[in-house]
Amino acid sequence: MTYSRFAATVVFAGSLLAGSLLAQQRELSFDSAGDFLSMPADLHLGEVAGVATTSSGNLLVYFQGGGPNATIGAARIHINGGARLIEFDRSGKFQREIGGSVPNNRPYAFLFAQGIRVDPQDNIWVVDRASRMVVKFDQSGRILLTLGRRLEAVGELGSSGVFGRASGPPGSGVPGDNFNQPTDVAWDAAGNIFVSDGYGNARVAKFDKNGRFIKSWGATGTEPGQFNIPHSIAVDARGSVYVADMGNQRIQVFDNDGTFKSEIKNVGAPRAICISPGAHQFLYSSNSNPTEDPFLNGEIYKMELDGTVLGRVGRAGKQFKEFGMVNGMDCRDPNTLFVAELMNWRVQKLSLK
Amino acid sequence: MKTRCISGVAGALALSAAVTLFAQTPTPSAGAQAPSGNAQVPPGGLSPAQMRLLPKALDNTPDIKFEVVKDFMKLPPNVYMGEGIGIATNSKGHVFVNTCAQQTRNFEFDQNGNFVREIGKDLYGFVFCHGIRVDAQDNIWVIDEGANMIIKFNPEGRVTMVLGRRIGFPYNGMEPPVKEMNPAPPYIFNRPTDVAFDSAGNIFVADGYGNSRIAKYDKNGRFIKQAGSRGSGPGQFNLIHAIAVDAQGNVYGGSRSDQRILVFDNDLNYKTVYDHVGAPWSLCITTGPHQYLYTSNSNPDNQDTPLHKVSGQIFKMELDGTVLGKFGVPGKEQGQFSTVHGIDCRAENVILVSEIVEWRMQKLILHPTAAQGGK
Repeated sequence: MTYSRFAATVVFAGSLLAGSLLAQQRELSFDSAGDFLSMPADLHLGEVAGVATTSSGNLLVYFQGGGPNATIGAARIHINGGARLIEFDRSGKFQREIGGSVPNNRPYAFLFAQGIRVDPQDNIWVVDRASRMVVKFDQSGRILLTLGRRLEAVGELGSSGVFGRASGPPGSGVPGDNFNQPTDVAWDAAGNIFVSDGYGNARVAKFDKNGRFIKSWGATGTEPGQFNIPHSIAVDARGSVYVADMGNQRIQVFDNDGTFKSEIKNVGAPRAICISPGAHQFLYSSNSNPTEDPFLNGEIYKMELDGTVLGRVGRAGKQFKEFGMVNGMDCRDPNTLFVAELMNWRVQKLSLK
Repeated sequence: MKTRCISGVAGALALSAAVTLFAQTPTPSAGAQAPSGNAQVPPGGLSPAQMRLLPKALDNTPDIKFEVVKDFMKLPPNVYMGEGIGIATNSKGHVFVNTCAQQTRNFEFDQNGNFVREIGKDLYGFVFCHGIRVDAQDNIWVIDEGANMIIKFNPEGRVTMVLGRRIGFPYNGMEPPVKEMNPAPPYIFNRPTDVAFDSAGNIFVADGYGNSRIAKYDKNGRFIKQAGSRGSGPGQFNLIHAIAVDAQGNVYGGSRSDQRILVFDNDLNYKTVYDHVGAPWSLCITTGPHQYLYTSNSNPDNQDTPLHKVSGQIFKMELDGTVLGKFGVPGKEQGQFSTVHGIDCRAENVILVSEIVEWRMQKLILHPTAAQGGK
């Protein structure tokens, strides 16, 4: 996995660069609700990959739990049950675990938590990096749609582990829902589905609302329309697609068909982005700290959709009001941010003043 | 509570007393498995390997009398200890044990050894157990060698801070730490082994199998500095396996593979070394105005190896390295030690140990003479 070392180095260097621009940005006043989630005694968050709110204010949290989760298949390691999906009410009170506490009962795609989003119809979408799947649940927790396919426990020797064969440039992947470590999902007003894909590929895939593949764009690189770990994705009310191109330290903006429009720079390495609903939409982006330094950067930027920075929120660290690698963010209410932290194993509720 | 008293008189008397005592238990090999220090070693009978590991202080250190609280650990049905890796007590006398079971688990017992609860069930940071400590505020700290993490729980058992990061699968931007880095990255551990705290709340991490350093963090987890590299020179470690801090803030690091305890000041400047008490598998320092240092020269894991002749006892020392006494012999019976991996001495003469080979913890009551620090 040489790419991971390369990516980490690039992100690290980019974060240093962005740090020098910090002083030019206005700091927004905010508070954290602190330890606001009430958990059952024997349930503990691990690395929290994503958080999303429903229209009624409930919180869905997708995180990495522990427990026995690896078995040796005939040709590859077969892991199961490490990722968990839990729901809280709007006050932070625990409601339920989708799939339950027994690893073998959990949905087949739950391997390594990467992201979670709730669509305008309150369906719950989970993105799992290791099963390479995007799964749509209805509010009751039943599965409505799956995109991608989890690798079989027993594979062909020498198999690349990706279904189908790539013919385009590196990172462009295989057409269809053959993801390689996907990272995030978003929708436009018509219900079209956009998946950022991801760590293994470097593309965005577009599907119609029924999951039929429409197109994909992107390849590994630094040019406009190319990506170095597209890590998060959001769509505005007009259908423009915003892709957090983390390794290239920019947010790229495309029209609804994937034609490059513009890029937003000088906001560090965007690991998680979100766009608030409503008449005046805002774009939030987290310049999350790298693994190597839990105290470097970490600030979240509030922007107009054109990339104009309105201010920044917080910094890296381990206290409340500080962040440990924000990997997911919800901004249904533009003045109430929910952030999911990988390295601090928690969700924070932030009130912007 | 039924207890068993073991005579602490050195030499042949101790051996015969132990045999007599153990003969009360119908264990055929009890006599043969009850060596007492070097009393059984014939003159010139040690191999070069044994000689190398023989603690210099073993010969002229008197035994400390002690008794074992028999059957101290009480588990509910269907809860099993695995290997007893770490042990610690809080201010209420509750006992916390870190164990390598089917999963790494942490159990809390009350002061009488009754099971209370499990801490951190199914936690993401539990991959391979390596220890547990409780700080002055009763926070519970777990060291995980497999996850490369130090995990802080509040007294209620909820995670409040983590140091280090577990390698994800697929890799979360981290490479498996296959080789030692010098200097090691400030925030990435490589098989850490232990943690300790000074009175200001600064955190000292023994790191570990893969690295060879002590790393110091402030109470909020921000890196301050580090010391150490691999080797047997001054300030170097050859498997730093245990760490403890005294009231003045001095830091004691146990270098297990070369039988040394290294002492640093609070800024991690190297001060001195104690190399006469065997391999420091585990260390603890008592609380109170006069502090003592205990170190376990644990017998190796496998049963009845030749090295048992030169290991298995716990030494009691002054902080300056003066040895006051020793206690314990290798063995599987209660009151014997089967590879002590964790030791707690919050109460000066109440020693709690967790052991690898027998899946248990034990509680010992020491009866030191005045010369051994007794009252």
